[in-house]
Amino acid sequence: MSQVARSKGRAGFITGFLIAPLALYLTFVIWPYVQTFGYSFTNWSGQSPTFDFVGTDNYATLLKDEVFRGALWHNLLLLVFVPVVTILLALFFAFMVNAGGRSGAGGVRGVGGSRVYKVVYFFPQVLSLAILSVLFGAIYRSDEGGLLNGFLTRIGLIDAQHPVEWLNEPDFVLWALLFVVVWHGVGFYLVLFSAAMQSVPKDIYEAALLDGAGRAQTFFKVTLPLLWDSVQTAAVYLGIAAMDMFVLVSTMTSGQFGGGPDHHSEVMSTVLMRNFLYFGKSGYACAMGVVMLALTMILSIVTLRATRRERIEF
Amino acid sequence: MAAQSTVTKAPGEDAPERSGRTGRTGERDKRRSEGVVLNVFSHGFLVLWAIMIVLPLIWLALGSFKTDAQIGGSALSWPSNWHLDAFGRAWEKGIGGYFAHTLIVLVFSVPLTMLFGSMAAYVLARYPFTGNRVIYYFFVSGAMFPVFLALVPLFFMVKRFDMLNTYQGLILVYVAYSMPFTVFFMHSFFRTLPTAIHEAAVIDGASDTRIFFQVMLPMAKPGLISVGIFNVLGQWNQYILPAVLMQPQTSGEPERYMLTQGLIQLQYQMGYETDLPVLFAGATIAIIPMLAVYLSFQRQIQAGLTSATLK
Repeated sequence: MSQVARSKGRAGFITGFLIAPLALYLTFVIWPYVQTFGYSFTNWSGQSPTFDFVGTDNYATLLKDEVFRGALWHNLLLLVFVPVVTILLALFFAFMVNAGGRSGAGGVRGVGGSRVYKVVYFFPQVLSLAILSVLFGAIYRSDEGGLLNGFLTRIGLIDAQHPVEWLNEPDFVLWALLFVVVWHGVGFYLVLFSAAMQSVPKDIYEAALLDGAGRAQTFFKVTLPLLWDSVQTAAVYLGIAAMDMFVLVSTMTSGQFGGGPDHHSEVMSTVLMRNFLYFGKSGYACAMGVVMLALTMILSIVTLRATRRERIEF
Repeated sequence: MAAQSTVTKAPGEDAPERSGRTGRTGERDKRRSEGVVLNVFSHGFLVLWAIMIVLPLIWLALGSFKTDAQIGGSALSWPSNWHLDAFGRAWEKGIGGYFAHTLIVLVFSVPLTMLFGSMAAYVLARYPFTGNRVIYYFFVSGAMFPVFLALVPLFFMVKRFDMLNTYQGLILVYVAYSMPFTVFFMHSFFRTLPTAIHEAAVIDGASDTRIFFQVMLPMAKPGLISVGIFNVLGQWNQYILPAVLMQPQTSGEPERYMLTQGLIQLQYQMGYETDLPVLFAGATIAIIPMLAVYLSFQRQIQAGLTSATLK
């Protein structure tokens, strides 16, 4: 085969393999992303084919929208607490699983049955959020039939006549949702951190031990710095999850697309969906999508910058 | 990724001798007793969290055997009737149908995702050409954006194709949205395959297409399995896309809810009809396949997911 014919055939092959995936991806992912920016400057209802260009009106309205501002505040709260609580718990458990075992004559090792813990803890990760919604909807039931209320009544912490309405208490609802996210996520990050811990060469621990380092010292001076990359990754992923929250809020709390009681659990995604599918304000909803994107980008950059350390090679 | 190995025996077994030689026996004893306390302490916390994971799930499954009054009564009561009728009713209420719809979509969407994803990843990983990097980042960047950014135009895009509330519409959307992760993962996998085999196949006169299907794809099998499981889980659990795209558009249209959507639907319905055992049974039915898949593939799932995030 001549060189020319072959390179021609190769170009054809490359195009042939890329065309279908690329076409699909451009049509359903990239183009809608791009369109959102355009629509966010219009008063499009979604129903009528006509709409006007309204400049930055949608964004100006957003700034004044009390519900959206509340939602933004809740997202920011979650943005801080979801990663912090999940990462701390996961790190704690990962260290317990990998180094909390009985000291075999001075050595630091994992607890017995560490494999079982990892299998059990990880399981919530494969459950769909819809299942979590049904499960925790039942756990947080406002009467004694809820697992939480039933348990707290049994140990005498709350009065059987006045159970707590977890998902209807303005002060509790957001934290009740936060717990679901943490319950769901800890196992995954435990496994992630364990994998990172195990890739740390053993002689580093040996050296630390020979130098007389205790367990706590080993953790803070050796393990944590070497794990920093994974912690960073975890923070970004959890932050993105905290920006979303749509499924849990919309299905577990009261109101059209959730957010109740009285907008106390409102997040940006639920406000967006309500405006799009219920109020028919598509242009306005698109503006919210753009704000969510901007915040996600800022979040990722800030997390990566703020947690930047000198990278340790091993 | 070393996610499989169980115990980190961090500092080696020979440590005591050394510390003994340097005359730090007291230190060693102190550390040993500290280890025992820590062992009890760590097992305590670990067991507590394990109970917090398992107990709610068992409680949910037991709820399928309770009567409606029992569920409304004390949460800690033991179920009175061990019949499977709540499961039967849940199946009739639509869980069976939702199951079938989800299966129909996944039977097409997962293989298509794998095929298109590997094709694109393969070309991008092994053939240098102008624009290669641009296209690669184009694919991978999709994972960074919130799906909400695309939702409104996506709805009208699918509507324009007349594919709202159709299986083929949802299949194509699932494939498109699974591209970033699949391409990213398979790209790094194809890069690691040796070039010598590729060259040998070329000398034997095999075409590029044939090399891909008969040499490269079989060699990438471990990677394909990891990504495949991940896509099955991801698409099976998807909620937002079907919630927007799979609603009957006219009153006569049949509903083709996915399992996640149907479960939420059941949650609303059963709240009104007060047949909660049906809801509990429905959720249990939805959990069982996940549990089965997870227990059979948990090594691959854990290893695959962690290696993808650690890269």
